[in-house]
Amino acid sequence: MIRLEPRPDPSNIMIGLTPIFAVIATMIFGGMLFVFLGKNPVDAIRMIFWDPVFGEHAFYYRGQILVKAAPLIMIALGLSFGFRAGIWNIGAEGQFIMGAVIGGATGLALYPLDSFLVFPLMIVMGSIGGLLWALIPAYLKIKFNANEILVSLMLVYVAFNFLIGMVTGPLRNPDGFNFPESRSFQDFPSAHNPELWAGTGIHWGVLITLGMVIFAYIAITRHIFGFNVRLAGQAPRAAKFAGVDPNKMIAICLGISGALAGMAGLFELTGPAGKLTTTFPVGYGFTAIIVAFLGRLHPIGILFAGLLLAITYVGGDIIQSQLSLPKASIQVFQGMLLFFLLAVDILVNFKIRIGKGISK
Amino acid sequence: MDISIVSLIATLIVAATPILLAATGELIVEKSGVLNLGVEGMMIMGAICGFIAAVSTGSPLLGFCIAALSGALLSLLFAILTQYLLANQVASGLALTLFGLGLAALLGHSYSGIKPPSTPKIEWFGLSDIPVIGPIIFNHDLMIYFSLFLVFVVWIFLRFTRVGLILRAVGENHDAAHALGYKVIRRVLAIMFGGACAGLGGAYLSLIRVPQWTEGMTAGAGWIALAIVVFASWKPWRLILGAYLFGGVTILQLNLQANGFDIPVSYLSMAPYLVTIVVLVIMSADRTRASINAPASLGKIFHASS
Amino acid sequence: MTLIALNNLTKKYPGVIANDDITFEVGKGEIHALLGENGAGKSTLVKMIYGLVQPDYGMMRLEGKGFTPSEPRTARLAGIAMVFQHFSLFEALTVAENIALGMENPPSSSILSDRITKVSYKYGLSLDPKRLVGDLSVGERQRVEIIRCLLQDPKLLIMDEPTSVLTPQEVDALFLTLRRLRDEGTSILYISHKLEEIKVLCERATILRRGKVIGTCIPKNETAKSMAEMMVGSKLKSPKKSKANFGAPILEVNNLSLKSSDPFGTALKNISFNLRAGEVMGVAGVAGNGQDELMLALSGEVLSDLNSIKLENKQIGQSNPIQRRLLGLLTAPEERLGHAAAPEMSLAENTLLSGFQRQKLGRRGFLNKPGAIAFAEKIVQQFDVRTPSVRNGAKSLSGGNLQKFVIGREILQNPKVFIVNQPTWGVDAAAAAFIRQALLELAEGGAGVLVISQDLDELMEISDSFMVLSEGQISTPRPAKGITIEAIGLMMGGTKVA
Repeated sequence: MIRLEPRPDPSNIMIGLTPIFAVIATMIFGGMLFVFLGKNPVDAIRMIFWDPVFGEHAFYYRGQILVKAAPLIMIALGLSFGFRAGIWNIGAEGQFIMGAVIGGATGLALYPLDSFLVFPLMIVMGSIGGLLWALIPAYLKIKFNANEILVSLMLVYVAFNFLIGMVTGPLRNPDGFNFPESRSFQDFPSAHNPELWAGTGIHWGVLITLGMVIFAYIAITRHIFGFNVRLAGQAPRAAKFAGVDPNKMIAICLGISGALAGMAGLFELTGPAGKLTTTFPVGYGFTAIIVAFLGRLHPIGILFAGLLLAITYVGGDIIQSQLSLPKASIQVFQGMLLFFLLAVDILVNFKIRIGKGISK
Repeated sequence: MDISIVSLIATLIVAATPILLAATGELIVEKSGVLNLGVEGMMIMGAICGFIAAVSTGSPLLGFCIAALSGALLSLLFAILTQYLLANQVASGLALTLFGLGLAALLGHSYSGIKPPSTPKIEWFGLSDIPVIGPIIFNHDLMIYFSLFLVFVVWIFLRFTRVGLILRAVGENHDAAHALGYKVIRRVLAIMFGGACAGLGGAYLSLIRVPQWTEGMTAGAGWIALAIVVFASWKPWRLILGAYLFGGVTILQLNLQANGFDIPVSYLSMAPYLVTIVVLVIMSADRTRASINAPASLGKIFHASS
Repeated sequence: MTLIALNNLTKKYPGVIANDDITFEVGKGEIHALLGENGAGKSTLVKMIYGLVQPDYGMMRLEGKGFTPSEPRTARLAGIAMVFQHFSLFEALTVAENIALGMENPPSSSILSDRITKVSYKYGLSLDPKRLVGDLSVGERQRVEIIRCLLQDPKLLIMDEPTSVLTPQEVDALFLTLRRLRDEGTSILYISHKLEEIKVLCERATILRRGKVIGTCIPKNETAKSMAEMMVGSKLKSPKKSKANFGAPILEVNNLSLKSSDPFGTALKNISFNLRAGEVMGVAGVAGNGQDELMLALSGEVLSDLNSIKLENKQIGQSNPIQRRLLGLLTAPEERLGHAAAPEMSLAENTLLSGFQRQKLGRRGFLNKPGAIAFAEKIVQQFDVRTPSVRNGAKSLSGGNLQKFVIGREILQNPKVFIVNQPTWGVDAAAAAFIRQALLELAEGGAGVLVISQDLDELMEISDSFMVLSEGQISTPRPAKGITIEAIGLMMGGTKVA
């Protein structure tokens, strides 16, 4: 009989090892899935995990990894504070969309103004857009005790429909042959978020994300705010005892995650995406949740997890073109990664014991 | 204006049924103290597995059975994670949703555009010709009646059976239930029941309501089912009210679109989700009622530590 | 005639031997006490009898036959019933449903309700089968537990610390019931640490210390002090109570009324009292009468009317806990793990909970980690907290040691007013005496100390003045000198005593 015995203190070795276990398990089971689909598992796993970084066309792929990792990391950083405090923002995708729409609309309203202030203004407006969208579930939770998981999630669908309404209506490109899309920001230099060094994929969003990682690290380890977030998640009554105002905590955590998601949306819009279309949202807001957990809600962990997941996105593109598998199949991998991490996580707090009773 | 109230009601029942099925299952799961956010993933897996089974065998009934099985199996993953490996229920449910969505897309890759075998409506010997009542009550397929029957069975189970009492006790206070010697781990069965129901709900979409397979076709129905459980204050009969309300709003919005009402389509599409938020807020705002009706152990991790 | 005999029963857990070679027996129709301090092994022992835990070694015999229950169900079928210290009740379900859950093959609900009413009447434990358990008082909830047991005609009824939540009148009623059961032939295994009660109620007592049986005695032939010494193994020190001079009122509570946030909680009604500098004021009361609510209102975790609480000359009813700490009001709540301290965090981190602002453990919001470690070490040293390091998690400490840490953390911050709820609950005798002494010294230094406790003996020892909290209201504060247990008991039951 297999029993679980609680450890007196969490095992630090396991905290470091378990993400690695999870990745290996994903590779094994994912490989089995590919066999089932009639594809060579070794090739497939290699295409997902190795080729993007070291393969033939890696010089192109690596830039793509950074492009995809930046929004994932930025959003996940914001989410991690709330998650630590037990505040579940599942609607980051909606905040991402609203940030892009509000920030983008600001820019388009100023077209074709040529000023270096346009882009920063758009960043601010994008953050505000995401922030306000996230404050809706915050307000409803504080005032009415409404479950923020469900409210933030419903608002994703609302935001998505709002986006469609905008690109088929007020934000439709007047010079654009009536397609449901906005003007391209590539035509608007003051609002464009270009690749700063050719071939690297690094745009302003990537740089700011790196800065955010450092900020978040300092906040969570050295600042009373980070301490209070951890406290609120681990022992809510003790947090109240310490004087933490739960309502402020809800508003701040949801606000931060909304603002960061909105900012990420703005960078994505003005950079890699280029314009507002009905297919603008690609699920970063949801994948960021996986990144946050995979990174154990810690800024450095999130940095690595974001890179890892970005690699799988690029890998997903590769297997789509090389093995004719649908794009969504990579989601299976990402879901599996989270599954396995959650599964092996138990080793951090429990020991496995086989057999009955204690040895004398 | 060409909206017939009668056909509106009849169609809303069809629209509501997948959510009703999924919500009924989730109600049992939550009553046992577990919050499974993976309903969306289980529904879409039911949709594709049921679809594949029905198309391959020509029997929609078999499709539904396979759909229930697939939902139950997927929920077993969630059950193992949360009940044996003590993982966080929110994260596990989300992982389930993502995994299910991806796996369904993968499996369904070559099945878009195919028409499934049709499910006949039940013949009630001419009763469906009665004006007004006929189309509303007597012109439906088997699954609709089954969904109502399921709610009835769940109500009886919770209210009048010993096992139902034990389930409620576990959801209310799993530590006390354990101290009394009840095996909390049997919640796994409740979780699998929830998965099976979600699978049925998904299959209803792909086999009857649409009927077709498209990637991501559940479009948030699983999340609405979760909201409806809260709306119903965890009481079975109120699930019907909630599901039909949602179905009503969706159908009304589709009808208004079809009749050329001047509101842009996308804003009308928002309506069901906004309504759900409003309903959630109203239900949650009454804190005293909520704390008496929500299973007190909901979402908490249980570890037998004797 | 022996009902149940335990021979060489042993149970080990990692790092500790909970029960070491336990041998004793309980006779038929006997009320037998199981005596011991916290951590002596009483709980583990009865869990083995009840089938919740399996012994590593040793044997049990019930009425001469081997008895090895693998689960509570087996024990129940054999005639063993148990009323736990922490009730296994479901608040959202009715009395009848709760009782049905505790039975093997409950009859239909109408027959069950009938039987419940009959039994409750027979033994003086009145209960309405249809009420939701969540609406019952603590004493009434215990009755549900007892009736649940009685409906199974048990041979052995095990009661774990039954009177810790009862008023003196309810205790008398319970004893009548237990004696009645004994006269009918039921054996009772009565776990308690309340020596006076055991003297009154029990025929024999088996004493456990550190997992071993120290001996079996006849309580009538012992004194409370001699039994306590057997339990603890050394002579008890009574805390020194020196005469104090009281200063001006330092905490004034004026018509404090507050609704409870818990639907099953108790609302506070017009509470008014003054606490003077240097005074120790005891607040007696059985759990569930508003103690939690009073603590939360005084600590600032729940805000009240601006003028309902005054500290020195500031109205602090609307101030949050941090503001109150900066003004000198510190508190130690009842729940050590989860409220007073975060279980997963280290002792050093836990100092930040109340000390961040007041002890300058931070600058502009940034944590002063070395400062926190130093403060934690100071607490550990001065309050004799047994722990290998301040980096250990709070949950790794024993109850008594954690309580010493929590109280030490507040006392070392030199509060003007210190309020503590159940200071020595679940704490071993040596640590309890230490804590009581620390409270007295704090008051001697000029602070006002408010002690909320269910332990009347403790309050009588250390309080200068006294009031009773009952159903959210307090009795008029009066000097502790000269008050009798009778009067207190009546006050707690709600009867007004002059």
